[in-house]
Amino acid sequence: MRFALTALAALVAALPAGAQVREGYDLYGKHCATCHSVAGRAPSLQGAGARAADFYLRTGYMPLVSPDDQPWRTRVRFSEGQLRALVAYVASLGGPPIPRPHPERGSVAQGRALFDENCAGCHQAVAVGGMMPGARVPSLARSTPVEIAEAVRIGPYVMPRFSRKRLSDAQLDSLIRYVMSTQSPHDPGGWSIGHLGPIPEGMVAWLIGGAALIAASLAIGRRRGS
Amino acid sequence: MSRVRALFAALLFLLGLRRAVAERRRVVPRGRPSPRAEAVVLALLGLATLCSAGFVAVYALDRIPRQTQFLGLTLGLALAFLAAACVVVARRVLPDEEVAHDYPPPAHEREREEVVRIVEESKDAFTRRRLLGLAAGGAGAALGAALITPVVSLGPFLDTDRLRASPWSRGRRLVGEDGRPLRAGDIGFKEFYTAYPEGADREQVAAPVVVVRLPPSALRLPDGRTGWAPHGILAYSKVCTHAGCAIALYRAPLYEPREPKPALVCPCHYSTFDPAAGGTVLFGPAGRPLPQLPLLIDGAGHLRAAGGFSGPVGPSWWGVRMK
Amino acid sequence: MIRGAVRYLDEHAGAAPFLRKALRYVFPDHWSFLLGEIAMYAFLVLVATGVYLAFFFDPSTAHTVYHGSYAPLRGQEMSRAYASVVDLSLDRKAGLLIRQTHHWAADVFVVAIVLHLLRIFFTGAFRKPRELTYYVGLVMLMLALLEGFLGYSLVDDLLSGMGLAIAYAVALSLPLVGANLALLLWGAPFPGDPAFWSRMYIAHVLVLPILIGTLLALHIALIVARHHTQFREPGRSERRTVGIPAFPGYAPRSIGLAFAVAAVLVLLGGLVQINPVWLWGPYHVAQGTNGAQPDWYLGWLIGGLRLVPGWDFAIGDYTVVPNAFWGGAAFPLVVFAILFAWPSLERRVTGDRAVHNLLDRPRDAPWRTAIGAALFSWVALVFLFGAADRVYATFGVSYVVLVWVFRVLVWVVPAVVLVVTRRTCLALQELERLEHAKQAAKLTASESA
Repeated sequence: MRFALTALAALVAALPAGAQVREGYDLYGKHCATCHSVAGRAPSLQGAGARAADFYLRTGYMPLVSPDDQPWRTRVRFSEGQLRALVAYVASLGGPPIPRPHPERGSVAQGRALFDENCAGCHQAVAVGGMMPGARVPSLARSTPVEIAEAVRIGPYVMPRFSRKRLSDAQLDSLIRYVMSTQSPHDPGGWSIGHLGPIPEGMVAWLIGGAALIAASLAIGRRRGS
Repeated sequence: MSRVRALFAALLFLLGLRRAVAERRRVVPRGRPSPRAEAVVLALLGLATLCSAGFVAVYALDRIPRQTQFLGLTLGLALAFLAAACVVVARRVLPDEEVAHDYPPPAHEREREEVVRIVEESKDAFTRRRLLGLAAGGAGAALGAALITPVVSLGPFLDTDRLRASPWSRGRRLVGEDGRPLRAGDIGFKEFYTAYPEGADREQVAAPVVVVRLPPSALRLPDGRTGWAPHGILAYSKVCTHAGCAIALYRAPLYEPREPKPALVCPCHYSTFDPAAGGTVLFGPAGRPLPQLPLLIDGAGHLRAAGGFSGPVGPSWWGVRMK
Repeated sequence: MIRGAVRYLDEHAGAAPFLRKALRYVFPDHWSFLLGEIAMYAFLVLVATGVYLAFFFDPSTAHTVYHGSYAPLRGQEMSRAYASVVDLSLDRKAGLLIRQTHHWAADVFVVAIVLHLLRIFFTGAFRKPRELTYYVGLVMLMLALLEGFLGYSLVDDLLSGMGLAIAYAVALSLPLVGANLALLLWGAPFPGDPAFWSRMYIAHVLVLPILIGTLLALHIALIVARHHTQFREPGRSERRTVGIPAFPGYAPRSIGLAFAVAAVLVLLGGLVQINPVWLWGPYHVAQGTNGAQPDWYLGWLIGGLRLVPGWDFAIGDYTVVPNAFWGGAAFPLVVFAILFAWPSLERRVTGDRAVHNLLDRPRDAPWRTAIGAALFSWVALVFLFGAADRVYATFGVSYVVLVWVFRVLVWVVPAVVLVVTRRTCLALQELERLEHAKQAAKLTASESA
């Protein structure tokens, strides 16, 4: 049984790339062409490359319900096979391949410095996300190293892009290493309340500190008429 | 025999009377003893002691995980148990006492009158009251002014022109975060760079600039700024004219027809500036456009300042010229 | 032993009459009178933890390179101030506990003052003869806000550094004197002379604590001199106060509250992380983080600064009033001016110059309660708007829309609150009147029967 499955897998992998691209083309026609083949609705995917397709599809940014919406991380509705097919089709139109970052080679300290210089203004110091007028900025809590590398090089939606001249591959490795570390920040102080700073801190001061001390006062003092 | 007994009874009666009189002379009433509440207090004190000891133990242990949490729990609970012990004593052990007291008198007419008279009568010693008063007041004010004067050394109090100081002038080369000069050819669309004047202190409001590139056809710079943006490369002060935060956001659409247009945004109060139009305010509380730095490309392809900023850098102040 | 101690104090300090009076001073026993004490005990925790922190903090902007245990900062250049705080937090036993307790104490200190102020205002406790006590309290509130701001700004992290830039801008925005004042305080254009750090430090650890402590002593002395107010209840009158004696009854209650305050603050300090400055990184003029906020008690100011539309008032080419003035200076000045002016305003409008030792219930003073509620809702709405960016980031409600909605709400809601609160007070009074009339009718009916 196992031998049969392995043989089948080998057969599928050995299918000419053409079949995958054709499947991708079919899927493109069904899910993407309504916008991406209409000028003014969405950019043409010529030259976008496997890098862009892989990013937008695996994060669920695409397909987008309306071309004016901001792409946002959603549940991916394609199967792994369909994803590969779509990426293969877009790759066949030319463009950069899927990057292969090596965060383990990077320095988390250099990454933190680069992040504060270039990313924290939108994504917040520990990547919990934020906003600007006209766009929300996503948290990076669920991003994978490949997604981060792709986003940095593409600059999806209104995010700026960072070319290799701007941020070398080595620097990108460090940056990714830092971002991955923000997915479990160093919290020796206790409950981190979202790493958002003074807003949740103020809520705790009132709703836990203030409430507890009012309760203490009620226990110590008396109420009117009692 | 009965006489002795009568005497004895009388003695006892007198003693009882004495105790009753002594009872009536108590300041703090005798409450009902509650050994159960006392037991609770003892238990709470015991727990508090244990927790305090726990704190010392946790402190002594090296590098236990979550040490701050255990330190906080032990000490916090020790304090909480002590608090509880005090409250039980107050509400269950000590007698319920309600005492009445008169409010202090709202006025002390006699003393007020005497104070006023003391001051007034003392004035009788002086013949030239008003003159002396004025002289004393004048001398006091002069002394006060003299004592306050060294405060001026705290800062360049009168030299507000220092707010206009800038390390940028024609020919100054732009360097990136890493200190290397910025090449015009490296700057692509949808990218942004933070740049500093070569050789200058970075930690001043007028130093950092943000460098972006837009298609020259999209530019609508104000009059007098022709040539400020070679190849569409623009430089603006990175410090917001509203309240001085760094403009750390660049809204850079990938697909212009369907996405918000390019803008430089400040994260503090979301002032939004239009780089295509000379830094004018698109949204937010900023009242003054972002100062633009004119650029030129030198022989080696590096970016240099072609002059000073278009206006004062940083938050506005009274009297600053708006441009 | 007690007899010996009392004798010693009386012989050497003449203390016996004072002790006699002090031990039996009458305290009101209603729970709302404890709110001011919560603030006082929080202040004590602040001083105690603050002294400890000062033994480790280095108030210097000189550069150093971090070599501690936190990897993301290793090899990074930063000020000695920031490095000393990161070291204390991450590499000193109990350092983080005491630092977090100190910061929670500051936040809760202002919570308690605000709750106490609300109780004072809505019961009319500020009326004659206690106006002076009230003014002293308001000054302490202002000092507490400044003291807290200075405390967390000393750390020189990215978040608080952005706040200092804004404070500088607000100082600059003061008409006529702004630029001179800002240059005087900072010693140079922003980020200022290195001496600015010494100034913040001395203000925070010496000048302001002494000021607050002295005012606190004055506040308490004034309270004792005129005695506490009390709620209107049987047995109590304008001339006679009823309550618990300081000793033995009130002392364990108050000491218990002190322990409770310390307990809550230490538990928060150990269990809930606050201001994790190692995550924010050191401050640089050219850097900013999204979602930067001041501590909660200055949130009304960030709301104001964000809400005001983008005008710089100018005459021709010259700026007369920069924008930051309205949200950052005018708004809090107006609020405090109203609070300071209230006792004399109320006296003038109602013509009531009598001494009041009995408190009003909020419903007994419909105009005061309504205007107070309206003022509170005004400040609260501006405060809430300060968090609108997180509402957009988390729930997707457009920030631009929120700006316009709040610009309207901020004026409409207080007006509505004013009307509704006054009507509610009057309605409650009417209900009581009917109740009393019913009771009286029942009584006369049963008597005549």
